[in-house]
Amino acid sequence: MTGKNVIISKNICKSFIDKRSKKEIVALENINIAIPHGRLTALVGPDGAGKTTFIRMVCGLLVPSCGSLEVLGMDVLAEPQAVQDRISYMPQQFGLYEDLTVMENMVLYADLHNVPPGERQARFAKLLHMTGLAQFTERLAGKLSGGMKQKLGLACTLVRAPELLVLDEPTVGVDPLSRRELWEILQQLVKDDELTVLVSTAYMDEADLCSKVIIFNEGKLLAEDTPENLRGYLHPPKGVAFTGVRSLPDKFVIEVRNLVRKFGDFVAVDDVSFRVREGEIFGLLGPNGAGKTTTFRMLCGLLPASSGYLAVAGLDLRTARTQARANIGYVAQKFSLYPTLTVDENMNFYGGVYGLDDERLRERMTAVKEQFNLAELSDKEAGELPGGYKQRLSMAVALLHEPRIIFLDEPTSGIDPVARRNFWKQITALAAEGKTIIITTHFMEEAEYCDRIMIQDQGRMLALGTPKEIREQAGVASDDMNEAFIAIVEKSRGEKEV
Amino acid sequence: MSAFWERLRALLVKEFKQLWRDDSSLMIGIAVPIILIFLMGYGISMDVKRVPTAVVMEDASPTVEDMLSFMQGSEYFEPYYAPSMKEAVALMDGRTVDAIVRVPSDFTESLYQKRAKVQIILYGVDASNASIMRGYLEGALSNWLVQNQYKFLGSGAGLGAVTVVSRMWFNDANTSAWYFIPGLIVLIITISGVFLTAMVMAKEWERGTLEALFVTPVKVLEILLSKMVPYFCVAMVGFALCVVASQLLFDVPMHGSFVVILLCTMLYLLVALGVGLMISSMTKNQFLASQLALVLSMMPTMMLSGFLFDLRSVPLVVKIVGYALPPTYYMQLLKTLFLAGNNWELIIRNCSILVLYAVFFIGMAFRVTKKRVG
Repeated sequence: MTGKNVIISKNICKSFIDKRSKKEIVALENINIAIPHGRLTALVGPDGAGKTTFIRMVCGLLVPSCGSLEVLGMDVLAEPQAVQDRISYMPQQFGLYEDLTVMENMVLYADLHNVPPGERQARFAKLLHMTGLAQFTERLAGKLSGGMKQKLGLACTLVRAPELLVLDEPTVGVDPLSRRELWEILQQLVKDDELTVLVSTAYMDEADLCSKVIIFNEGKLLAEDTPENLRGYLHPPKGVAFTGVRSLPDKFVIEVRNLVRKFGDFVAVDDVSFRVREGEIFGLLGPNGAGKTTTFRMLCGLLPASSGYLAVAGLDLRTARTQARANIGYVAQKFSLYPTLTVDENMNFYGGVYGLDDERLRERMTAVKEQFNLAELSDKEAGELPGGYKQRLSMAVALLHEPRIIFLDEPTSGIDPVARRNFWKQITALAAEGKTIIITTHFMEEAEYCDRIMIQDQGRMLALGTPKEIREQAGVASDDMNEAFIAIVEKSRGEKEV
Repeated sequence: MSAFWERLRALLVKEFKQLWRDDSSLMIGIAVPIILIFLMGYGISMDVKRVPTAVVMEDASPTVEDMLSFMQGSEYFEPYYAPSMKEAVALMDGRTVDAIVRVPSDFTESLYQKRAKVQIILYGVDASNASIMRGYLEGALSNWLVQNQYKFLGSGAGLGAVTVVSRMWFNDANTSAWYFIPGLIVLIITISGVFLTAMVMAKEWERGTLEALFVTPVKVLEILLSKMVPYFCVAMVGFALCVVASQLLFDVPMHGSFVVILLCTMLYLLVALGVGLMISSMTKNQFLASQLALVLSMMPTMMLSGFLFDLRSVPLVVKIVGYALPPTYYMQLLKTLFLAGNNWELIIRNCSILVLYAVFFIGMAFRVTKKRVG
């Protein structure tokens, strides 16, 4: 069978009609690809590239607008059920029933795939061992961590041997450790069972682990080749990272001492202390549930601390929250401007909220629009801007009142690599102007853009320093920040268990 | 075929486990009916009691005192004796009393001349209360007149000339509960059938669990059946609670056959489940599904099915809308079966209509539920 193509897509396209604007949105254009049998193939691209649309079509869940799609030698359009009987699919949200236990979820999927009872015991044992869930069979799926859920989702797709395994962004929102474990399982499966796997991912580095890579961007096929031949796409040269360490004055604008935040018995942030200099780019890194967002919210004054000292721009957040807020600009993770207002209207509104008078507002609007190249888009509705521009607009609005400190929560998730690089260019320019930037990110390579980073896990601060110092602390030879991060988190978790 | 049963069994086991573990479903399915039974049975009463009434006796003769004695110790009136009309009006203005009964100074005298008058003034802002109070007062006064007219008109004379209008107001205090329980059953079946089913199905769309289920050998039929069976059971538990309460707590008569009531209920429940599944597959979103279920099924059930307002006395447009909705026919069936008896003509007609609705909505649910997303 090797050498045969399992999925053959010919001139596939898909467009949707946007309900509100009645405009046609093209999700996929003219996709011609073939996915080989017995290999691990990655579908790579930023959010909105059309990965999920393509995967859903392969599973017979969406009907293409044109073209033909053959899966396992069958026409998906004509016989979706026949295809669905033979493949396994894990959607982005894992498809687990959160109020059923690990075992109940697996039994459900085994029943639905009509797995004979005789085969189950051996299969379940193997899957539970492989995913490390053996001791959690009675736990409700909703009570598992993100990484465990993802592995359970995978186990549910493997209750019988599928002819094709399709995973839609299985590693999204999962910490680097769990991501690595999942990829090891997948590689093992392909090697041992000659399983055909199609995985979509937004992480370019994950594509290296596959034998074939397909890159989508804005609904178009960008490239289709082996990861070796696609180095240029997968690892764009770093454009604006600092060379060496900048010398900053020892003037601290943020001071955190013994910060603790508890939710009931759960300690979300456990005794964290750090200081941020004026003009510094300070990165908060950590797996999901590490306490990044909680720390971040306390710094912005959105959440009171349980105990500890917290000062922003020299003002104690417990006593002078409002004054402290006047010094900060905040860009939330989700686009939080009004989609039906235009760029100008959004700025006018937020300018009013910050209390800028007309003249100053006009002045500032011109300035930020120029800074972020938004001048031509003044009358466009914010909701209709492409992802990267929404990002810029959010930044522009946050800078209207000229804050000294800017907080950015996962600003680069969901935007494409080019937009991300542009974004970092602007961030470094702002820092050069003397603004202080506090940023969270789950892209480890972005840590290189920061002057200093702090790594958090399970509420505790594991490491604090320049990216170079962090790598040294981790003891990794390569300049791969991901490796350093995993080493630090693993080491700390190991120590805790001992 | 055995694969079909195997998958259906797996889905049903899963559905019942989820139902049992999800407190909110059990709340809506079981606790809400119990709360509604008590609320409707004891809380809402169409009977007006302890009406504060100002009494102005400009003629304070023993006859008048006797005539107004019905107010003493009555649970329907609470008399306030006012020396003159001026004070009575002040009491009305101060919202102390809701009614004024004024007996003019020449009352006893004119009684013998057959032209006696009593003035009744009512606080008319709450029109339905006012008409009930008028009924009470007129009833009590004419009652007295019937019993005492021989004194003034001579024995036997003209007794036939007095028309006695018998009124319901002094009837059994349970009238409201009798009237509400059938309506309550309709409401509870609608909540479990439409609202709860739409919510749990929409949740699966929203959480992406259906997406994963679709890429298995499962058929749409199996998915829909696995949603219908558990919520059919939940609704029947709600129904059972209502029937038990109607018999044990409120002594609602059941003149018709219980078997017919049960069959009609199951039929209407199928309609409700069809509507619920159709709504959820169309919206694929819990919030939208709950809003639609509320606006399209619960509100019309409350307001347009003849539960609160008699459809014969509403404007034509509302009547047309009311008769286009399935709960109206089920409501008619229940009221008739509980309070009147087996009216076979009505049973056959309404059940046929409900069968058509059930076929239509369940058919629609199958049509709109496809193994596709987006």
